[in-house]
Amino acid sequence: MIKRPTPERFRLRRTMMFMNAQKPGLIKDAYIYGCDSIMLDLEDAVAENQKDAARFSLYHALTTIDYGKTEVIVRINGLDTPHWQEDIRVCVAGGADGIRIAKCESAQDVKTVEAAVEAAEKEFGVEVGRTLLMAALESPKGVLNAYEICSASDRMFGVAISGGDFRKCMQTKFDPSGIDMLVARGQMLMAARAAGIQCFDTVFTDLDDNEGFEAEVRQNKAMGFDGKSLINPKQIRLVHEVFAPTEKEVLQAEAMVSAFREAAAQGIGVFTVNGKMVDVAFIPGAERTLKLAKACGMYEGDLV
Amino acid sequence: MKNAVGREIPDFLLEGGKEVYQGKNYMDGKYVQKATPKTRRYEKPQESKIVETIKDALIACGARDGMTFSFHHHLREGDFVVNMVMKAAIEELGLKDLTIAASSLGAAHDLIADYIEEGKVIGIQTSGIRGRMGQVVSEGKLKTTAIIRSHGGRPRAIEAGEVHIDIAFVGAPTSDCVGNSRGIGGKSNCGSLGYAMTDAKFADHVVVITDCLVDFPNMPASVEAIDVDAVVVVDSIGNPKKIASAAARISQNPRDLMMAENVAKVIASTPYFRDGFSFQTGVGGPSLAANLFLEKYMDERGIKMGWAIGGICKPMVELLKKGKIGKVIDVQDFDLDAVNSINQTPNHFEMSASQYANPANKGAFVNKLDFVVLAALEIDTGFNVNVLTGSDGVLRGAPGGHPDTAAGSKVCIIVTPLVRGRMATVCEKVVTVTTPGDCVDVLVTDYGIAVNPLRPDLIKCLDDAGIEHVSIESLKEKAYSIVGRPDDVQFEDKVVAILEARDGTILDVIRQIKPYTL
Repeated sequence: MIKRPTPERFRLRRTMMFMNAQKPGLIKDAYIYGCDSIMLDLEDAVAENQKDAARFSLYHALTTIDYGKTEVIVRINGLDTPHWQEDIRVCVAGGADGIRIAKCESAQDVKTVEAAVEAAEKEFGVEVGRTLLMAALESPKGVLNAYEICSASDRMFGVAISGGDFRKCMQTKFDPSGIDMLVARGQMLMAARAAGIQCFDTVFTDLDDNEGFEAEVRQNKAMGFDGKSLINPKQIRLVHEVFAPTEKEVLQAEAMVSAFREAAAQGIGVFTVNGKMVDVAFIPGAERTLKLAKACGMYEGDLV
Repeated sequence: MKNAVGREIPDFLLEGGKEVYQGKNYMDGKYVQKATPKTRRYEKPQESKIVETIKDALIACGARDGMTFSFHHHLREGDFVVNMVMKAAIEELGLKDLTIAASSLGAAHDLIADYIEEGKVIGIQTSGIRGRMGQVVSEGKLKTTAIIRSHGGRPRAIEAGEVHIDIAFVGAPTSDCVGNSRGIGGKSNCGSLGYAMTDAKFADHVVVITDCLVDFPNMPASVEAIDVDAVVVVDSIGNPKKIASAAARISQNPRDLMMAENVAKVIASTPYFRDGFSFQTGVGGPSLAANLFLEKYMDERGIKMGWAIGGICKPMVELLKKGKIGKVIDVQDFDLDAVNSINQTPNHFEMSASQYANPANKGAFVNKLDFVVLAALEIDTGFNVNVLTGSDGVLRGAPGGHPDTAAGSKVCIIVTPLVRGRMATVCEKVVTVTTPGDCVDVLVTDYGIAVNPLRPDLIKCLDDAGIEHVSIESLKEKAYSIVGRPDDVQFEDKVVAILEARDGTILDVIRQIKPYTL
């Protein structure tokens, strides 16, 4: 049985690729495409009478395929269905890194899932607290409650918006400008940042519209998202390109981090780098830039 | 005797001076005495060479038992010519002990399997062998040992007289009444007639079979009347739908695209990727898709491709029309776009198989090739490639131009998925070596890239460009970890086919298959 390392709550998650957990041909080696996370879906991609088969497929994938450094998250069925408890047991027993809560609308939803996850961890002898959680906001109510959802559990690493359902609720449709989702994206981002967790944008479904996709990814980056959900491996490269830092940003971050470490060793708190004042508050951001640069093959040093 | 790729070649095959494979470029600088055909003089002015039937043509050319007939495969799986000719020779004239020397054979020629079983056809020399013919030859039913040659090795053997063609049959989409033939026009368009050219020059007799007679002179001719004895007009030389497929489309399969992108990355990391570079690619999913990504790199660097060769299909023709390739020279056309382009689009030319790939001539195109991108059924940890025998040991493929382009090019890239179904593509030992590992430089799979340790220069290129690569052994282990380690295929002792290296030495042998028992 494959033993996955303990999941990291905060890691690079630029790309999360959805795949139907019932399709062995897709999930058997999804890691080869180089996305940061894969999202094995038990929910909408799986027909109602196939839920059980999908769980078997998922369990065998989790326990026999070495996904390596690619994070493995599972989207479980909604709390209003008869499936979610069994979904959780399978995820935990198989050793998934995290669970995505579909249609999350309140902190209570997170807590309900958390209790079931903890029970499953005890049942299967998995270290309690190992399994991470993220929430998908799919309704105006979910978006309005974003902050309480984001801060409902220490297991929460991020929150994502699901565009399809949200647009339906709002009686709007996709708009290339992003105006249809502007408020929801903004509200969710603020909540996630306030709670100190990550934030991911919805999927872009028109695989032939390369320009539209690029425009949306650029807007995501400008708004401050950590990453995006994807439906096809061919979308990965562009997201990684857009989310990559510039060479100048990498050099600046490297200078800041190494200067900070030197200064700290000498007991100095505030110092200057290239004429700019720097203190400890800048360092996490600079370290994040370096980690991102490393993942993009732009930085080979050992500061991160 | 063991050859340079570690294959045991039985001594009886080496009688008469045949050698085992000694490594790349072993024959370089040696001299060859070319064979000359014995041809009939047509001194008296002749209005027409048209005869009524194929049987009449066979009689006119003095067909008799034991002869060697040659064919070309531009009509691909749509070909009617091989079957028509062999049927006339065997069933109408009662000939036997015949040998077929074809540039390639396919499932369209299942009928020949019957003639092999009946002992009427006793010899097969070809590049491709598939379908029922592959099966019966693998079962040891052919009276003599079949010879498998590459597209460059075949004209070499013909020119050297190792195969003497008594009658060459040219399936021609158009011909005039004296035999000037072209691949263009008519109803069975195939474009290039490159594989038939050497046959026409070195055969004692040449028969043109066409389904579209055009006015004299049919110019510019691929096969010229000066070499032709007789012309036969038939209803149809092939099924047009299977001759040229609809336009080859670039794969949308994300796995193919990812591999193709990596192929382009590797190409762009080498010093040979400069303005005027030369290129050939296969028509398989990832090989063809490499065009797409290569174009991006060409645009980025502001460079153009100098020339491309091959089997040609639509994506290459499009690049030519966009002005991104200087010249396209082809020996075969795979789809209608290529067929309609050759000799029509400026700078799209036809060439013979000898000019394309013959290692014994003085200027084959493959020797000037920078990059070739090829597929593989199997590749082993010595970078030896098999494109001929299946995992059950049965003949079902063709070396084609694979060994020629691999040997001639500066960078030979094999692109293939690591596993196919339950079969490991990257393995410990290929069933048959069709392209020796000393000619293969880079392997691109969906699970990683490996560079042949014989090419430290390319390893440095990849390292400098930050392209990750691993050992081919680790890819093999990965493949076995997914699908398991297969048992060796079981064979009888009898050699059913010789796999000749392009230089004429023996690269490998194919033995009779042993029925599988549990």
